[in-house]
Amino acid sequence: MKRVWGVAFALLLPAGAAAEYGDVVLNRYSDDAGMRPVVFPHWFHRMRFRCKVCHHELGFEMRVGANDVTMEGIIQGRYCGMCHNGDVAWSAENCDLCHSGLPGLKTHIVGGHRTGGPGRW
Amino acid sequence: MKLPKPRLSLALLSALLAGTVGAQWLPLGKDQVHDPQSPVIDILQAPGEALSQLPPDDAGNHVRWVDALRGGYIQPRSTIFDNTQVRLLDQDIVMRNTGSAAYVRFPHRVHTEWLDCSNCHDYLFQRKAGATRMNMLGILSGEACGRCHGAVAFPLTDCKRCHSVPADGQVGQ
Ligand code: HEC
Ligand code: HEC
Ligand code: HEC
Ligand code: HEC
Ligand code: HEC
Ligand code: HEC
Repeated sequence: MKRVWGVAFALLLPAGAAAEYGDVVLNRYSDDAGMRPVVFPHWFHRMRFRCKVCHHELGFEMRVGANDVTMEGIIQGRYCGMCHNGDVAWSAENCDLCHSGLPGLKTHIVGGHRTGGPGRW
Repeated sequence: MKLPKPRLSLALLSALLAGTVGAQWLPLGKDQVHDPQSPVIDILQAPGEALSQLPPDDAGNHVRWVDALRGGYIQPRSTIFDNTQVRLLDQDIVMRNTGSAAYVRFPHRVHTEWLDCSNCHDYLFQRKAGATRMNMLGILSGEACGRCHGAVAFPLTDCKRCHSVPADGQVGQ
Protein backbone atom coordinates (compact mmCIF):
# COMPACT_ATOMS: atom_id res chain seq x y z
CA MET A 1 0.00 0.00 0.00
CA LYS A 2 2.79 2.47 0.94
CA ARG A 3 4.62 1.62 -2.26
CA VAL A 4 1.55 2.48 -4.27
CA TRP A 5 1.63 6.02 -2.96
CA GLY A 6 5.35 6.18 -3.61
CA VAL A 7 4.90 5.28 -7.24
CA ALA A 8 1.87 7.54 -7.52
CA PHE A 9 4.03 10.42 -6.36
CA ALA A 10 6.81 9.48 -8.77
CA LEU A 11 4.22 10.21 -11.44
CA LEU A 12 4.16 13.82 -10.29
CA LEU A 13 7.74 14.42 -11.33
CA PRO A 14 7.96 16.21 -14.66
CA ALA A 15 8.69 13.79 -17.49
CA GLY A 16 11.50 14.63 -19.91
CA ALA A 17 9.68 14.75 -23.21
CA ALA A 18 6.70 17.01 -23.75
CA ALA A 19 5.32 15.51 -26.96
CA GLU A 20 1.69 14.55 -27.34
CA TYR A 21 0.44 11.74 -25.11
CA GLY A 22 0.62 8.39 -26.92
CA ASP A 23 3.12 9.44 -29.61
CA VAL A 24 5.32 6.46 -30.52
CA VAL A 25 8.92 6.86 -31.67
CA LEU A 26 10.19 3.97 -33.81
CA ASN A 27 13.95 3.90 -34.15
CA ARG A 28 15.25 0.37 -34.40
CA TYR A 29 16.78 0.90 -37.81
CA SER A 30 16.17 4.46 -38.96
CA ASP A 31 19.12 6.26 -37.34
CA ASP A 32 21.53 3.57 -38.44
CA ALA A 33 20.24 3.86 -41.99
CA GLY A 34 20.66 7.64 -42.00
CA MET A 35 16.93 8.45 -41.78
CA ARG A 36 15.18 10.45 -39.04
CA PRO A 37 13.33 8.21 -36.54
CA VAL A 38 9.63 7.60 -37.23
CA VAL A 39 6.95 9.33 -35.15
CA PHE A 40 3.57 7.58 -35.02
CA PRO A 41 0.84 9.79 -33.50
CA HIS A 42 -1.90 7.77 -31.72
CA TRP A 43 -4.12 10.84 -31.28
CA PHE A 44 -4.24 11.49 -35.03
CA HIS A 45 -5.00 7.88 -35.96
CA ARG A 46 -7.58 7.22 -33.22
CA MET A 47 -9.68 10.11 -34.52
CA ARG A 48 -10.01 8.06 -37.75
CA PHE A 49 -9.72 4.43 -36.65
CA ARG A 50 -10.70 2.55 -33.53
CA CYS A 51 -7.93 0.71 -31.72
CA LYS A 52 -9.35 -2.60 -32.92
CA VAL A 53 -8.56 -1.79 -36.54
CA CYS A 54 -4.81 -1.74 -35.93
CA HIS A 55 -4.52 -3.92 -32.87
CA HIS A 56 -6.98 -6.65 -33.95
CA GLU A 57 -7.67 -6.59 -37.71
CA LEU A 58 -4.21 -5.51 -38.82
CA GLY A 59 -2.46 -7.41 -36.02
CA PHE A 60 -0.19 -4.75 -34.45
CA GLU A 61 0.82 -6.10 -31.08
CA MET A 62 0.15 -3.61 -28.23
CA ARG A 63 3.71 -3.31 -27.09
CA VAL A 64 6.09 -0.67 -28.35
CA GLY A 65 8.99 -2.29 -30.15
CA ALA A 66 7.23 -5.66 -30.38
CA ASN A 67 6.39 -5.39 -34.10
CA ASP A 68 9.37 -5.72 -36.38
CA VAL A 69 8.34 -2.90 -38.70
CA THR A 70 10.70 -2.51 -41.67
CA MET A 71 10.63 -0.36 -44.75
CA GLU A 72 10.62 -3.37 -47.02
CA GLY A 73 7.53 -4.71 -45.23
CA ILE A 74 5.78 -1.35 -45.53
CA ILE A 75 6.40 -1.13 -49.27
CA GLN A 76 5.09 -4.70 -49.63
CA GLY A 77 1.88 -3.60 -47.90
CA ARG A 78 2.43 -4.75 -44.34
CA TYR A 79 2.46 -2.74 -41.08
CA CYS A 80 1.94 0.96 -41.81
CA GLY A 81 1.79 -0.12 -45.47
CA MET A 82 -1.60 -1.78 -44.93
CA CYS A 83 -3.01 1.77 -45.04
CA HIS A 84 -0.19 3.94 -46.36
CA ASN A 85 -0.55 2.43 -49.81
CA GLY A 86 -2.12 5.30 -51.73
CA ASP A 87 -5.56 3.80 -51.07
CA VAL A 88 -6.60 4.14 -47.40
CA ALA A 89 -3.94 6.85 -46.85
CA TRP A 90 -1.08 8.48 -48.77
CA SER A 91 1.64 6.12 -49.91
CA ALA A 92 5.12 5.22 -48.67
CA GLU A 93 6.77 7.68 -51.05
CA ASN A 94 6.19 10.51 -48.57
CA CYS A 95 9.28 9.63 -46.57
CA ASP A 96 9.49 12.76 -44.43
CA LEU A 97 5.90 12.60 -43.19
CA CYS A 98 6.78 9.47 -41.19
CA HIS A 99 10.51 10.02 -40.70
CA SER A 100 10.12 13.29 -38.77
CA GLY A 101 11.72 12.55 -35.38
CA LEU A 102 14.78 14.00 -33.70
CA PRO A 103 17.84 11.88 -34.52
CA GLY A 104 19.09 9.84 -31.59
CA LEU A 105 15.73 9.23 -29.86
CA LYS A 106 15.13 5.74 -28.52
CA THR A 107 12.10 3.63 -29.47
CA HIS A 108 9.45 4.52 -26.87
CA ILE A 109 5.92 5.80 -26.25
CA VAL A 110 5.29 9.23 -24.78
CA GLY A 111 3.44 8.55 -21.53
CA GLY A 112 1.45 11.59 -20.55
CA HIS A 113 2.43 15.20 -20.36
CA ARG A 114 3.62 14.84 -16.84
CA THR A 115 2.28 11.49 -15.94
CA GLY A 116 4.84 8.80 -16.64
CA GLY A 117 3.17 5.54 -17.54
CA PRO A 118 4.71 2.43 -19.06
CA GLY A 119 6.82 4.51 -21.41
CA ARG A 120 8.95 5.53 -18.45
CA TRP A 121 9.50 2.13 -16.93
CA MET B 1 0.24 28.79 14.95
CA LYS B 2 0.03 25.16 14.05
CA LEU B 3 -0.57 24.16 10.48
CA PRO B 4 -2.75 21.11 9.94
CA LYS B 5 -0.69 18.07 9.05
CA PRO B 6 -1.50 17.07 5.49
CA ARG B 7 -3.02 13.59 5.31
CA LEU B 8 -2.51 11.45 2.27
CA SER B 9 -5.85 10.78 0.71
CA LEU B 10 -7.31 10.28 -2.71
CA ALA B 11 -8.70 13.80 -2.52
CA LEU B 12 -5.32 15.35 -1.73
CA LEU B 13 -3.53 13.32 -4.36
CA SER B 14 -6.06 14.29 -7.00
CA ALA B 15 -5.75 17.95 -6.03
CA LEU B 16 -1.97 17.78 -6.37
CA LEU B 17 -2.17 16.00 -9.67
CA ALA B 18 -4.68 18.46 -11.05
CA GLY B 19 -2.03 21.15 -10.73
CA THR B 20 0.66 19.20 -12.51
CA VAL B 21 -1.02 17.93 -15.62
CA GLY B 22 -1.79 21.29 -17.16
CA ALA B 23 0.78 21.49 -19.98
CA GLN B 24 -1.11 21.16 -23.19
CA TRP B 25 -0.52 20.68 -26.93
CA LEU B 26 2.91 22.03 -27.72
CA PRO B 27 3.70 22.96 -31.33
CA LEU B 28 5.42 19.98 -33.02
CA GLY B 29 8.71 21.83 -33.44
CA LYS B 30 8.95 22.28 -29.66
CA ASP B 31 7.82 18.89 -28.43
CA GLN B 32 11.32 17.37 -28.19
CA VAL B 33 10.24 14.42 -30.32
CA HIS B 34 9.80 15.99 -33.78
CA ASP B 35 12.87 17.44 -35.47
CA PRO B 36 12.35 21.21 -35.85
CA GLN B 37 14.55 20.99 -38.97
CA SER B 38 12.25 18.45 -40.64
CA PRO B 39 10.89 19.72 -43.94
CA VAL B 40 7.37 18.62 -42.96
CA ILE B 41 7.22 20.29 -39.54
CA ASP B 42 4.58 22.73 -40.83
CA ILE B 43 2.77 20.13 -42.93
CA LEU B 44 2.01 17.68 -40.14
CA GLN B 45 -1.10 18.62 -38.18
CA ALA B 46 -0.47 20.32 -34.82
CA PRO B 47 -2.28 18.39 -32.05
CA GLY B 48 -3.90 21.53 -30.64
CA GLU B 49 -5.54 22.38 -33.94
CA ALA B 50 -7.53 19.12 -33.98
CA LEU B 51 -7.83 18.25 -30.30
CA SER B 52 -9.11 21.64 -29.17
CA GLN B 53 -12.30 20.91 -31.15
CA LEU B 54 -13.12 17.85 -29.01
CA PRO B 55 -14.68 17.57 -25.51
CA PRO B 56 -11.95 18.65 -23.04
CA ASP B 57 -10.24 16.67 -20.30
CA ASP B 58 -7.46 17.67 -17.92
CA ALA B 59 -4.77 15.08 -18.64
CA GLY B 60 -3.43 12.81 -21.36
CA ASN B 61 -4.49 14.15 -24.76
CA HIS B 62 -6.73 16.64 -22.93
CA VAL B 63 -9.64 15.04 -24.74
CA ARG B 64 -12.51 13.12 -23.17
CA TRP B 65 -12.38 10.39 -25.85
CA VAL B 66 -15.47 8.56 -24.60
CA ASP B 67 -17.56 11.70 -25.11
CA ALA B 68 -15.89 12.54 -28.43
CA LEU B 69 -17.06 9.18 -29.77
CA ARG B 70 -20.52 9.16 -28.15
CA GLY B 71 -21.22 12.74 -29.16
CA GLY B 72 -20.31 12.05 -32.77
CA TYR B 73 -17.42 14.55 -32.79
CA ILE B 74 -15.35 11.81 -34.39
CA GLN B 75 -16.44 8.78 -36.46
CA PRO B 76 -13.45 6.44 -36.37
CA ARG B 77 -13.76 3.35 -38.56
CA SER B 78 -14.37 -0.01 -36.86
CA THR B 79 -13.03 -2.14 -39.70
CA ILE B 80 -10.94 -1.93 -42.86
CA PHE B 81 -11.98 -5.27 -44.37
CA ASP B 82 -15.57 -6.14 -45.24
CA ASN B 83 -15.74 -9.47 -43.46
CA THR B 84 -14.40 -8.53 -40.00
CA GLN B 85 -16.91 -9.12 -37.24
CA VAL B 86 -17.47 -6.19 -34.84
CA ARG B 87 -17.91 -7.54 -31.31
CA LEU B 88 -19.54 -5.50 -28.53
CA LEU B 89 -20.44 -6.32 -24.93
CA ASP B 90 -22.45 -4.26 -22.44
CA GLN B 91 -21.48 -5.55 -19.01
CA ASP B 92 -19.93 -3.78 -16.02
CA ILE B 93 -17.61 -5.56 -13.61
CA VAL B 94 -17.02 -4.19 -10.12
CA MET B 95 -13.64 -4.99 -8.59
CA ARG B 96 -13.54 -4.95 -4.82
CA ASN B 97 -9.94 -5.76 -3.93
CA THR B 98 -9.09 -2.08 -3.48
CA GLY B 99 -8.02 -1.67 0.13
CA SER B 100 -8.77 1.85 1.33
CA ALA B 101 -9.69 3.13 -2.16
CA ALA B 102 -13.15 3.07 -3.70
CA TYR B 103 -14.14 -0.02 -5.73
CA VAL B 104 -13.28 -0.08 -9.42
CA ARG B 105 -15.99 -0.27 -12.08
CA PHE B 106 -14.79 -1.74 -15.38
CA PRO B 107 -17.28 -0.99 -18.19
CA HIS B 108 -17.13 -3.48 -21.11
CA ARG B 109 -19.34 -1.24 -23.24
CA VAL B 110 -16.94 1.72 -23.39
CA HIS B 111 -14.00 -0.60 -24.02
CA THR B 112 -15.56 -2.71 -26.76
CA GLU B 113 -16.60 0.41 -28.66
CA TRP B 114 -12.86 0.97 -29.19
CA LEU B 115 -11.33 -2.47 -28.73
CA ASP B 116 -11.88 -6.08 -29.69
CA CYS B 117 -12.20 -8.86 -27.09
CA SER B 118 -8.82 -10.23 -28.25
CA ASN B 119 -7.09 -7.03 -27.15
CA CYS B 120 -7.69 -8.09 -23.53
CA HIS B 121 -8.81 -11.75 -23.46
CA ASP B 122 -7.33 -13.88 -22.31
CA TYR B 123 -3.72 -12.70 -22.19
CA LEU B 124 -4.43 -9.68 -19.97
CA PHE B 125 -7.65 -10.70 -18.21
CA GLN B 126 -9.52 -13.98 -17.65
CA ARG B 127 -13.11 -14.31 -18.78
CA LYS B 128 -14.31 -14.74 -15.22
CA ALA B 129 -15.02 -11.87 -12.85
CA GLY B 130 -12.57 -11.88 -9.94
CA ALA B 131 -10.22 -14.43 -11.51
CA THR B 132 -7.44 -12.04 -12.58
CA ARG B 133 -4.91 -10.99 -9.97
CA MET B 134 -4.21 -7.26 -10.16
CA ASN B 135 -2.81 -4.58 -7.91
CA MET B 136 -2.14 -0.89 -8.24
CA LEU B 137 1.64 -1.17 -8.26
CA GLY B 138 1.51 -3.57 -11.20
CA ILE B 139 -0.95 -1.31 -13.00
CA LEU B 140 1.30 1.71 -12.46
CA SER B 141 4.13 -0.33 -13.98
CA GLY B 142 2.17 -1.03 -17.14
CA GLU B 143 0.43 -4.32 -16.36
CA ALA B 144 -3.32 -5.11 -16.68
CA CYS B 145 -5.27 -1.83 -17.05
CA GLY B 146 -1.90 -0.05 -17.16
CA ARG B 147 -1.13 -1.52 -20.55
CA CYS B 148 -3.36 1.16 -22.07
CA HIS B 149 -4.06 3.60 -19.24
CA GLY B 150 -0.84 5.56 -18.94
CA ALA B 151 0.12 4.98 -22.59
CA VAL B 152 -2.82 5.78 -24.89
CA ALA B 153 -6.09 5.79 -22.90
CA PHE B 154 -6.64 8.35 -20.10
CA PRO B 155 -3.70 8.25 -17.66
CA LEU B 156 -3.58 6.68 -14.22
CA THR B 157 -3.48 10.02 -12.46
CA ASP B 158 -7.27 10.12 -12.76
CA CYS B 159 -7.87 7.72 -9.86
CA LYS B 160 -11.58 8.37 -9.52
CA ARG B 161 -12.51 7.55 -13.07
CA CYS B 162 -11.69 3.91 -12.24
CA HIS B 163 -12.24 3.98 -8.48
CA SER B 164 -15.77 5.22 -8.97
CA VAL B 165 -17.90 3.00 -6.72
CA PRO B 166 -17.86 3.90 -3.00
CA ALA B 167 -16.84 0.78 -1.05
CA ASP B 168 -19.29 -0.68 1.45
CA GLY B 169 -19.25 1.54 4.53
CA GLN B 170 -17.51 4.44 2.74
CA VAL B 171 -19.48 7.64 2.34
CA GLY B 172 -18.44 8.62 -1.16
CA GLN B 173 -14.87 9.74 -1.75
C1 HEC C 1 -3.35 3.31 -36.97
C2 HEC C 1 -2.98 2.22 -36.15
C3 HEC C 1 -3.21 2.28 -34.65
C4 HEC C 1 -4.36 2.64 -33.98
C5 HEC C 1 -5.69 3.10 -34.56
C6 HEC C 1 -4.08 2.47 -32.59
N1 HEC C 1 -2.80 2.04 -32.41
FE1 HEC C 1 -1.89 1.55 -30.66
N2 HEC C 1 -0.13 1.22 -31.60
C7 HEC C 1 0.05 1.33 -32.96
C8 HEC C 1 1.46 1.14 -33.26
C9 HEC C 1 2.09 1.19 -34.64
C10 HEC C 1 2.11 0.93 -32.03
C11 HEC C 1 3.61 0.67 -31.80
C12 HEC C 1 3.93 -0.78 -32.04
C13 HEC C 1 5.38 -1.10 -32.01
O1 HEC C 1 6.20 -0.27 -31.63
O2 HEC C 1 5.73 -2.24 -32.36
C14 HEC C 1 1.07 0.95 -31.01
C15 HEC C 1 1.30 0.74 -29.65
C16 HEC C 1 0.30 0.71 -28.69
C17 HEC C 1 0.49 0.34 -27.30
C18 HEC C 1 1.80 -0.09 -26.64
C19 HEC C 1 2.26 0.94 -25.65
C20 HEC C 1 3.39 0.48 -24.81
O3 HEC C 1 3.51 0.99 -23.69
O4 HEC C 1 4.20 -0.39 -25.20
C21 HEC C 1 -0.74 0.46 -26.70
C22 HEC C 1 -1.08 0.18 -25.24
C23 HEC C 1 -1.68 0.89 -27.70
N3 HEC C 1 -1.02 1.03 -28.89
C24 HEC C 1 -3.02 1.14 -27.45
C25 HEC C 1 -3.90 1.66 -28.37
C26 HEC C 1 -5.25 2.06 -28.04
C27 HEC C 1 -5.89 1.96 -26.67
C28 HEC C 1 -5.80 2.52 -29.19
C29 HEC C 1 -7.19 3.10 -29.41
C30 HEC C 1 -7.56 4.20 -28.56
C31 HEC C 1 -4.80 2.39 -30.24
N4 HEC C 1 -3.65 1.88 -29.70
C32 HEC C 1 -4.99 2.73 -31.57
C33 HEC C 1 -0.92 1.54 -33.91
C34 HEC C 1 -2.23 1.92 -33.65
C1 HEC D 1 -5.49 1.88 -40.28
C2 HEC D 1 -4.78 2.60 -41.31
C3 HEC D 1 -3.44 3.23 -40.97
C4 HEC D 1 -2.32 2.60 -40.46
C5 HEC D 1 -2.14 1.13 -40.13
C6 HEC D 1 -1.31 3.62 -40.34
N1 HEC D 1 -1.83 4.84 -40.76
FE1 HEC D 1 -0.84 6.61 -40.70
N2 HEC D 1 -2.49 7.55 -41.45
C7 HEC D 1 -3.66 6.92 -41.85
C8 HEC D 1 -4.56 7.92 -42.41
C9 HEC D 1 -5.96 7.64 -42.98
C10 HEC D 1 -3.89 9.15 -42.36
C11 HEC D 1 -4.42 10.50 -42.87
C12 HEC D 1 -4.20 10.56 -44.34
C13 HEC D 1 -4.65 11.87 -44.94
O1 HEC D 1 -4.73 12.87 -44.23
O2 HEC D 1 -4.90 11.85 -46.15
C14 HEC D 1 -2.59 8.88 -41.75
C15 HEC D 1 -1.64 9.86 -41.50
C16 HEC D 1 -0.40 9.62 -40.94
C17 HEC D 1 0.57 10.64 -40.61
C18 HEC D 1 0.42 12.14 -40.83
C19 HEC D 1 -0.24 12.83 -39.68
C20 HEC D 1 -0.44 14.29 -39.97
O3 HEC D 1 -0.12 15.10 -39.09
O4 HEC D 1 -0.93 14.63 -41.05
C21 HEC D 1 1.68 10.01 -40.12
C22 HEC D 1 2.97 10.65 -39.64
C23 HEC D 1 1.40 8.59 -40.13
N3 HEC D 1 0.13 8.39 -40.62
C24 HEC D 1 2.29 7.63 -39.73
C25 HEC D 1 2.00 6.28 -39.68
C26 HEC D 1 2.97 5.26 -39.29
C27 HEC D 1 4.42 5.51 -38.91
C28 HEC D 1 2.31 4.07 -39.33
C29 HEC D 1 2.85 2.69 -38.96
C30 HEC D 1 3.51 2.55 -37.69
C31 HEC D 1 0.94 4.35 -39.75
N4 HEC D 1 0.80 5.69 -39.96
C32 HEC D 1 -0.04 3.38 -39.87
C33 HEC D 1 -3.95 5.59 -41.70
C34 HEC D 1 -3.11 4.62 -41.17
C1 HEC E 1 4.06 5.30 -43.43
C2 HEC E 1 5.27 5.69 -42.77
C3 HEC E 1 6.59 5.61 -43.52
C4 HEC E 1 6.91 6.19 -44.71
C5 HEC E 1 6.01 7.02 -45.59
C6 HEC E 1 8.28 5.86 -44.97
N1 HEC E 1 8.79 5.11 -43.93
FE1 HEC E 1 10.69 4.37 -43.81
N2 HEC E 1 10.17 3.42 -42.06
C7 HEC E 1 8.96 3.51 -41.44
C8 HEC E 1 9.01 2.73 -40.22
C9 HEC E 1 7.89 2.59 -39.22
C10 HEC E 1 10.30 2.16 -40.17
C11 HEC E 1 10.91 1.32 -39.03
C12 HEC E 1 11.43 2.35 -38.04
C13 HEC E 1 12.53 1.89 -37.13
O1 HEC E 1 12.28 1.06 -36.26
O2 HEC E 1 13.65 2.44 -37.24
C14 HEC E 1 11.01 2.63 -41.34
C15 HEC E 1 12.34 2.30 -41.62
C16 HEC E 1 13.06 2.84 -42.67
C17 HEC E 1 14.48 2.59 -42.90
C18 HEC E 1 15.37 1.73 -42.03
C19 HEC E 1 15.79 0.44 -42.68
C20 HEC E 1 14.66 -0.48 -43.05
O3 HEC E 1 14.68 -1.01 -44.15
O4 HEC E 1 13.72 -0.65 -42.29
C21 HEC E 1 14.83 3.31 -44.02
C22 HEC E 1 16.20 3.37 -44.68
C23 HEC E 1 13.63 3.98 -44.49
N3 HEC E 1 12.59 3.68 -43.64
C24 HEC E 1 13.59 4.80 -45.57
C25 HEC E 1 12.43 5.38 -46.09
C26 HEC E 1 12.37 6.12 -47.33
C27 HEC E 1 13.57 6.40 -48.23
C28 HEC E 1 11.08 6.50 -47.49
C29 HEC E 1 10.45 7.25 -48.67
C30 HEC E 1 10.62 6.60 -49.96
C31 HEC E 1 10.34 6.03 -46.34
N4 HEC E 1 11.19 5.35 -45.50
C32 HEC E 1 8.99 6.26 -46.10
C33 HEC E 1 7.86 4.23 -41.84
C34 HEC E 1 7.78 4.93 -43.02
C1 HEC F 1 -10.22 -3.52 -22.20
C2 HEC F 1 -10.15 -4.91 -21.88
C3 HEC F 1 -11.33 -5.82 -22.19
C4 HEC F 1 -11.98 -6.00 -23.39
C5 HEC F 1 -11.72 -5.28 -24.71
C6 HEC F 1 -12.96 -7.03 -23.18
N1 HEC F 1 -12.90 -7.46 -21.88
FE1 HEC F 1 -14.02 -8.96 -21.05
N2 HEC F 1 -13.17 -8.60 -19.22
C7 HEC F 1 -12.20 -7.65 -18.98
C8 HEC F 1 -11.90 -7.62 -17.56
C9 HEC F 1 -10.92 -6.69 -16.86
C10 HEC F 1 -12.72 -8.62 -16.96
C11 HEC F 1 -12.75 -9.00 -15.48
C12 HEC F 1 -11.68 -10.01 -15.22
C13 HEC F 1 -11.54 -10.35 -13.78
O1 HEC F 1 -12.26 -9.80 -12.92
O2 HEC F 1 -10.69 -11.21 -13.47
C14 HEC F 1 -13.50 -9.21 -18.05
C15 HEC F 1 -14.43 -10.25 -17.88
C16 HEC F 1 -15.14 -10.84 -18.90
C17 HEC F 1 -16.06 -11.93 -18.74
C18 HEC F 1 -16.45 -12.61 -17.41
C19 HEC F 1 -17.65 -11.93 -16.84
C20 HEC F 1 -18.18 -12.59 -15.59
O3 HEC F 1 -19.25 -12.17 -15.15
O4 HEC F 1 -17.53 -13.48 -15.04
C21 HEC F 1 -16.55 -12.25 -19.98
C22 HEC F 1 -17.56 -13.33 -20.34
C23 HEC F 1 -15.94 -11.32 -20.92
N3 HEC F 1 -15.09 -10.48 -20.22
C24 HEC F 1 -16.20 -11.30 -22.27
C25 HEC F 1 -15.72 -10.35 -23.16
C26 HEC F 1 -16.11 -10.26 -24.56
C27 HEC F 1 -17.06 -11.22 -25.27
C28 HEC F 1 -15.45 -9.19 -25.09
C29 HEC F 1 -15.54 -8.62 -26.50
C30 HEC F 1 -16.87 -8.28 -26.96
C31 HEC F 1 -14.65 -8.61 -24.01
N4 HEC F 1 -14.84 -9.33 -22.86
C32 HEC F 1 -13.81 -7.51 -24.16
C33 HEC F 1 -11.58 -6.84 -19.91
C34 HEC F 1 -11.92 -6.74 -21.24
C1 HEC G 1 -7.33 2.39 -15.09
C2 HEC G 1 -8.04 2.21 -13.85
C3 HEC G 1 -7.38 2.64 -12.54
C4 HEC G 1 -6.88 3.89 -12.22
C5 HEC G 1 -6.85 5.13 -13.08
C6 HEC G 1 -6.42 3.79 -10.86
N1 HEC G 1 -6.64 2.53 -10.36
FE1 HEC G 1 -6.18 1.86 -8.47
N2 HEC G 1 -6.82 -0.02 -8.98
C7 HEC G 1 -7.34 -0.38 -10.21
C8 HEC G 1 -7.62 -1.81 -10.21
C9 HEC G 1 -8.22 -2.61 -11.35
C10 HEC G 1 -7.22 -2.30 -8.93
C11 HEC G 1 -7.31 -3.75 -8.44
C12 HEC G 1 -8.73 -4.03 -8.04
C13 HEC G 1 -8.98 -5.49 -7.74
O1 HEC G 1 -8.13 -6.33 -8.03
O2 HEC G 1 -10.10 -5.78 -7.25
C14 HEC G 1 -6.73 -1.14 -8.18
C15 HEC G 1 -6.28 -1.18 -6.85
C16 HEC G 1 -5.92 -0.08 -6.11
C17 HEC G 1 -5.60 -0.09 -4.68
C18 HEC G 1 -5.65 -1.31 -3.79
C19 HEC G 1 -4.29 -1.70 -3.28
C20 HEC G 1 -3.37 -2.24 -4.32
O3 HEC G 1 -2.14 -2.09 -4.18
O4 HEC G 1 -3.83 -2.79 -5.32
C21 HEC G 1 -5.29 1.20 -4.33
C22 HEC G 1 -4.89 1.73 -2.95
C23 HEC G 1 -5.40 2.02 -5.52
N3 HEC G 1 -5.79 1.21 -6.57
C24 HEC G 1 -5.14 3.37 -5.57
C25 HEC G 1 -5.17 4.15 -6.72
C26 HEC G 1 -4.74 5.53 -6.80
C27 HEC G 1 -4.19 6.34 -5.63
C28 HEC G 1 -4.92 5.93 -8.09
C29 HEC G 1 -4.60 7.28 -8.73
C30 HEC G 1 -3.19 7.66 -8.66
C31 HEC G 1 -5.49 4.80 -8.83
N4 HEC G 1 -5.61 3.74 -7.96
C32 HEC G 1 -5.84 4.85 -10.16
C33 HEC G 1 -7.60 0.46 -11.27
C34 HEC G 1 -7.23 1.79 -11.38
C1 HEC H 1 -6.51 -2.56 -24.23
C2 HEC H 1 -6.54 -1.21 -23.70
C3 HEC H 1 -7.26 -0.98 -22.39
C4 HEC H 1 -7.16 -1.72 -21.23
C5 HEC H 1 -6.31 -2.96 -20.97
C6 HEC H 1 -8.03 -1.08 -20.26
N1 HEC H 1 -8.62 0.04 -20.82
FE1 HEC H 1 -9.94 1.28 -19.90
N2 HEC H 1 -10.13 2.36 -21.61
C7 HEC H 1 -9.42 2.13 -22.78
C8 HEC H 1 -9.83 3.10 -23.78
C9 HEC H 1 -9.29 3.20 -25.20
C10 HEC H 1 -10.81 3.92 -23.18
C11 HEC H 1 -11.56 5.10 -23.83
C12 HEC H 1 -11.21 6.41 -23.18
C13 HEC H 1 -9.80 6.90 -23.40
O1 HEC H 1 -9.13 6.50 -24.37
O2 HEC H 1 -9.33 7.72 -22.59
C14 HEC H 1 -10.97 3.43 -21.82
C15 HEC H 1 -11.84 4.00 -20.88
C16 HEC H 1 -11.98 3.55 -19.58
C17 HEC H 1 -12.87 4.14 -18.60
C18 HEC H 1 -13.71 5.39 -18.82
C19 HEC H 1 -15.16 5.10 -18.95
C20 HEC H 1 -15.96 6.39 -19.09
O3 HEC H 1 -17.18 6.24 -19.17
O4 HEC H 1 -15.39 7.47 -19.12
C21 HEC H 1 -12.70 3.44 -17.43
C22 HEC H 1 -13.42 3.67 -16.10
C23 HEC H 1 -11.72 2.41 -17.68
N3 HEC H 1 -11.30 2.51 -18.99
C24 HEC H 1 -11.28 1.50 -16.74
C25 HEC H 1 -10.41 0.45 -17.00
C26 HEC H 1 -10.02 -0.53 -16.01
C27 HEC H 1 -10.48 -0.57 -14.57
C28 HEC H 1 -9.18 -1.40 -16.64
C29 HEC H 1 -8.51 -2.64 -16.06
C30 HEC H 1 -9.37 -3.59 -15.41
C31 HEC H 1 -9.03 -0.93 -18.02
N4 HEC H 1 -9.79 0.19 -18.19
C32 HEC H 1 -8.23 -1.54 -18.97
C33 HEC H 1 -8.50 1.14 -23.00
C34 HEC H 1 -8.16 0.13 -22.10
